[in-house]
This record gives sequence, C-alpha cells and structure tokens, in this order.
Amino acid sequence: MSKLAIRNARLIDPATGMDAMGDLLIEDGKIAAYGPALFAEGLSPDIETIDAGGLILAPGLIDMRVVTGEPGAEHKETLASAGRAAAAGGVTSMVVMPQTNPVIDDISLVDFIKRRAGETSPVKVYAAGALTKGLNCTDMTELGLMSEAGAVMFSNGDKPVADAGLMRRIMSYASAFNALIAHRAVDPYLSQNTVAHESDFSARLGLAAAPPMSERIMAERDIALVELTGARYLLDLISSAQTLPALRRAKAKNLDVSVSVSINHLALNELDIGDYRTFAKLDPPLRGEDDRLALLGAINDGTLDIIVSSHDPRPAGDKRRPFAEAEFGAVGLEMLLPAGLTLVADGQLDLTAFLRAVTCTPADLLGLPQGVLDIGAPADLVLIDPNKPWQCDVDDLLSNSRNTPLDGRLMQGAAITTICNGKIVFDSRAS
Amino acid sequence: MPNAHTAHGLENGLENGLATRHLLSIADLSRPDIDSLLDLGETYLDLSVQKDARNDVLAGKTLINLFFENSTRTEKSFELAARRLGADVINMSMATSSAAKGETLLDTATTLNAMNPDLLVIRHGASGAPALLSQKVSCAVINAGDGAHEHPTQALLDALTLRTRLGAIDGLRMAICGDITHSRVARSNVQLLNILGAEVRLIGPPTLIPQDADQWGVEVFHDMKTGLKNCDVVMMLRLQLERMGGTFVPSKREYFHFYGLDQKKLDYAAPGALVMHPGPMNRGVEISSDIADDPDISLITAQVETGVAMRMAILHALSLGGVNG
Repeated sequence: MSKLAIRNARLIDPATGMDAMGDLLIEDGKIAAYGPALFAEGLSPDIETIDAGGLILAPGLIDMRVVTGEPGAEHKETLASAGRAAAAGGVTSMVVMPQTNPVIDDISLVDFIKRRAGETSPVKVYAAGALTKGLNCTDMTELGLMSEAGAVMFSNGDKPVADAGLMRRIMSYASAFNALIAHRAVDPYLSQNTVAHESDFSARLGLAAAPPMSERIMAERDIALVELTGARYLLDLISSAQTLPALRRAKAKNLDVSVSVSINHLALNELDIGDYRTFAKLDPPLRGEDDRLALLGAINDGTLDIIVSSHDPRPAGDKRRPFAEAEFGAVGLEMLLPAGLTLVADGQLDLTAFLRAVTCTPADLLGLPQGVLDIGAPADLVLIDPNKPWQCDVDDLLSNSRNTPLDGRLMQGAAITTICNGKIVFDSRAS
Repeated sequence: MPNAHTAHGLENGLENGLATRHLLSIADLSRPDIDSLLDLGETYLDLSVQKDARNDVLAGKTLINLFFENSTRTEKSFELAARRLGADVINMSMATSSAAKGETLLDTATTLNAMNPDLLVIRHGASGAPALLSQKVSCAVINAGDGAHEHPTQALLDALTLRTRLGAIDGLRMAICGDITHSRVARSNVQLLNILGAEVRLIGPPTLIPQDADQWGVEVFHDMKTGLKNCDVVMMLRLQLERMGGTFVPSKREYFHFYGLDQKKLDYAAPGALVMHPGPMNRGVEISSDIADDPDISLITAQVETGVAMRMAILHALSLGGVNG
C-alpha cells in the first residue's frame, strides 16, 4: 500500500466551499482521509510526507480545451510534452481537441489517444471526438461508438458548423447518448478572414475584424437548437459581453447549456495585440476591456462555468509573420493557474469561483470522479502558492511550443507540487 | 369449407361493403370495418379458398397497378390477389413511363380514368398523392404507400399475421423500431394497432423519430434495452437511406450496434417475442440474419404470405361498395 501524507495545508474544495487548515492522506492513488489535525497521533515514519507549510491544497485542474500535435504535428506538441507542461501548471486532467491529423473522428483515434497518453503523459488525458468527419461540417461522426470508446465530449474544433439542420441532427442524435456537444460560438460568414476584434483600435491598425455579434448570433442559434433538441451543450470559448444576456436567458430556462472562456480572454484585451504582436493573435480575438471585465464578472456570478487554457501550440515560424498571416493561438497549460491566481491577487477574480471553473464544474460536465476533495476520489491534487511572485519567461516553458502572449508579465501565484493518482508528477521545490 | 368467395352470401358484416369508397388511410376505417376485413382476410388465408377457380367476385373488373416507385412484393401481391378473384390486371411502372416524360399526376389520372378501371392501386413517393388522385378518378383508389404518409394494406396484413399467430392483438405490447421518420408502414401501424388495443412503443435514434411522435398514443424510446422490455412483438423497419437528405445516423456500423436487432437485443424483449419486418430487409443494418431466418421467431415470411389473402379481402370488400356498379 503506497501512502502519501500532506500536512499543514489550507484545504480548499471548490465543490463544497470548504476552506480550512488541515491534513490529507493519500492511499493507493485515492484520497483516504482529510481534515484538521488528521495526524495528531503521529505518522508512521515510513509514510512519505509533504509539509505544505500553509499553502493551498486543491483538486488538480481539469483543462477542457487543449490542442496537441499528436498525431500529425509532433513538432508542435506531443501528448508527452503537453503532459509535462500540464503537470507544471497544476493541471492533472486535460481534454485534447479533435483537430489532429488525422482528426479524432473514429474509435481507432480515440483508442490511440488513450493508449499513447497512458504510455507517455504524466497526467490524465481524455479525447474529444469530432462532430463531423474530418471536421468537414457535413457528415456526422460515429458519436455513439466514440462515446463507448471513451470520448468524453464532442467538438468540431475551431470550425463552426454553419448548417443549422446538421447541427440540429447532431444535437438530437447525441441526446440519446447524453453526449456533451461543444461548439464554437462563431458565425463563420461574419467572421470569415478576420483577425481581430471589430473596434476603433483594430480599424486604425487596418486589420480585418470580427464583430462581437458573430459570437452572439451563433450562441443564440445554438441555444435555440438546445431548446429544440434537449442536448447537453457547451458553448466553447466566448469572448464578448454581448453574448452574456443570451446565456443568462438560457440558464433561466434551465437549458443544459454550459459556457467556457479562455484564461487569455480574462487576462488580456485587444490592446495586447498592440504593435501587431502576433503572440496575442487569438481565436476568438481578444476583445475590449469592457468585455474582459464583463467576462470576469460572469465567472464570479456563475454565468460562465468553465475556464480553459485553450492551449494551442504554434512554432515560432507560424507566429513570426505579418499579423494577418500569422497563425492563431497561444500555449496555456502552464499559464492557466498562475494567470488565474494573478487575477485573484489583483482582486478581479474570486478564488473559489476560479477554482470551481477549473476543477469540479468541468469534472461534473465530463462525468469524471476527480476535481473534488472527497474520500475515495482520485488523488489528483495541486499544492498552490497563491503569493509567489515571478516573471513569465517563455524559455522556462516545458511545452514544445512557446507562444504565449504573457511573456514578460509579472505573475503572482504558481503550482508548487502536482500530484496525479497519488503520484508526484511535478515538484518545483525538487528542481 | 369456408365460402367467402360467394360474395352475396357474406355473413361477416360486409354485406354492404365498407363505409369508405377508397382505402387511403387507416383513418378511413371504423373498428367494425377493420374486424370484418380481418375476418374476411382470415378466410382467404385458406389456400383452398384462395386458389378456388370459382372465385369470381372481381370477374369483369379491371385493376390498374400504378407504381411510381419500384416495388416487388406489394405490386405482385396486389396482382395475384386480383387475379385470384378473377379481375383483369394492368401493371404500370410509372418510373419508366409517361411520368418520366414529364406528365403530371393529374394528367395521368385523367388518362387512366378514360380506360374505366374499377380499382386503382397507387404507390407514389409524395405523401398525399393517392388522395389527390382519388378526387379525379371515378373508381376505388387503394393507397399502396405514399411517401412517408401511409401504407394501410401493409398494416392490415401485419395485423392479420399477428392475429393468426397469437389469436388476439388486444393487450399486446408492440415495439416498432428504427427509421420511424421516413416510414409509412409505421404511421399506418401505429393507428391500426392503437385501434386494435395494442400498447405501441417506438424505438429509434432521436433523428429518426418525429419530434412530436409522443403525441401519437405511443411511448417513445431511444434505447433498445429499455424500449424492448416486456415487448411481445418487435417490428423492425428498414433504414430508408434513399429517402434521407444528409446524415440522420453516422454509419450503418453504428446504427446496427445501437439499433440493429440481434439475439442480444431480442433477449431484452419478453420471452418468446416475435419479430416482424415489412421488407425489404437490410441484413446487418437493422436486423441480423440469424433473427430474420429463424422460423420460430420471425414472422417475416408469414407477412408476405398473409399479404395476398389480406389484399384479396380488401379488393373484395371495396368491390362491394357499388362504387362503379
């Protein structure tokens, strides 16, 4: 029986709202006990012990949106390199998106991801299956068979399904399996060939820009389809305050609609593209400061459910181009937790609301047993120093690609030790 | 020996024919008419009655088979039924005829009417086509399948098959499985089985069951395991890939995995449950061969056999209506 004891920690369980000093015991990869003065009667010396020194011990993060390059573009990122980056960022579970090459649109690819990640990644990896074959936006994939093979959700990657009839059928069909359908809130025609947020700023830069209404139109359409079909739905990556009223209406109607936002859109705004900084070229585009503040408010009040890293590795060559030609995306597995903690330290984000959006809420949505401090739950944990000051330096990133718009930023807070299935998979104090 | 063919001596409530002039929908029939039709069908099940050369209730009458969609069993079944009752039969395959040259349905109807047929059997890809035709011709029109609307003679022969095998339909728990959305067989069967007192369930993926089917007096399921529980009869429907625009199900492989009837899924139903299929079957898509070919389980061949007897009864009864007489 392998045991690991963590003493003197600030235990935070976002699911129950517990926030108290105490200890925690791990046995055979599961949480065996926790509470104040758990080891008052002493601990057998052969049990490995970590003294948390008053740091936060919380469930490991569950990142619902990670793009890797495996299979097909291993130079950008492998499941192994993404797994190492995740561990360093306190992420113990990640869902990989289907936009690999070949696309995850078949049970054999779902099997491949599971097997390959099991062999190479230090953290848990789950596959999101594609909604349409080869992401072609015309042919529905084998949603039922992929569900049985272990796909935890379905997404069309960054390609929105413009055909409302097809989307209706996908949602309707998926409802028989209670499958979670994630979809980007983008009207592909309104946003076609755009690279920035439509505003006075982007207009002056001379960039083709997407109006926030592109997002709202698709969100409203999909919510109407959810009402029609009864699907379980995740509105993937919203960026604009204009979308929030539709979400509030959907939730008031008790529709099974959840919403995610990337940490980048909580931490940055359109001005970060500044002097054509392509590392801040994201999809959806970074929007105005009003939008950012509204999204933060929506996390704090529960309108937004999920925060993701939207990890999207791009080699430098794909980014060092004129703004319109550069690729979209930023790496984020190592930045999700610190960037969130920095917003907490700045008083912009509520700590419990933040942790809920990266632990128990994604776990609930995906039907996973982790993401909670609960006896018998998998011992996926992260020891967090909420105050550690540091400066982001891309050269320190473990990811195979190092495209982050947060380069050079002063951060406050970091993962100190990450534990997955009771095993230490990252320890900043050891290196 | 039963003597149904001596028409003037009918003693089963059909002395004055049916209340309806045409058979376009199950809704055209009252419960007493249905019972009388099934009784008459039952007498024709006896091959010695069916093949009796003295059958002459349709002698001197003309039946036109007007098929705008290809058919094997339905067209031949009507032809055989009519011939055994002494009628003259003309088969018109409209898929290769003047309709293909651009003639409208109503022009075809006018042309045919000028030939003075007594019975017109029509199959058409458009829902409501037989009803339109019935307004323009002076003979009895029988719907042999229109679009995704109805196929009433199939439902009647299914009912006769069940009654013959199980004695009664009242109280049976029936599951109709698969592509309900595109199925005229399902729509006619739901109505008829409800009238006859069966408990009807529809099972299929949500994309293949109409949005409001739960208002048809049926229970809707999307999972074979729960849907088939305690069912006495399982009616499988063909996956009508040719009628589908776009994808309703991802693949045949996935469809069979979740909704195809094999022994494992049949075990969810009541012990000794019987299996029906209106044909033609897609083996390995909606039904496995071991089920389809097992004579202890499958009523599929019996359905075809019953088809001729039931259609003789229908033609016989409609001919009594004095429509042309």
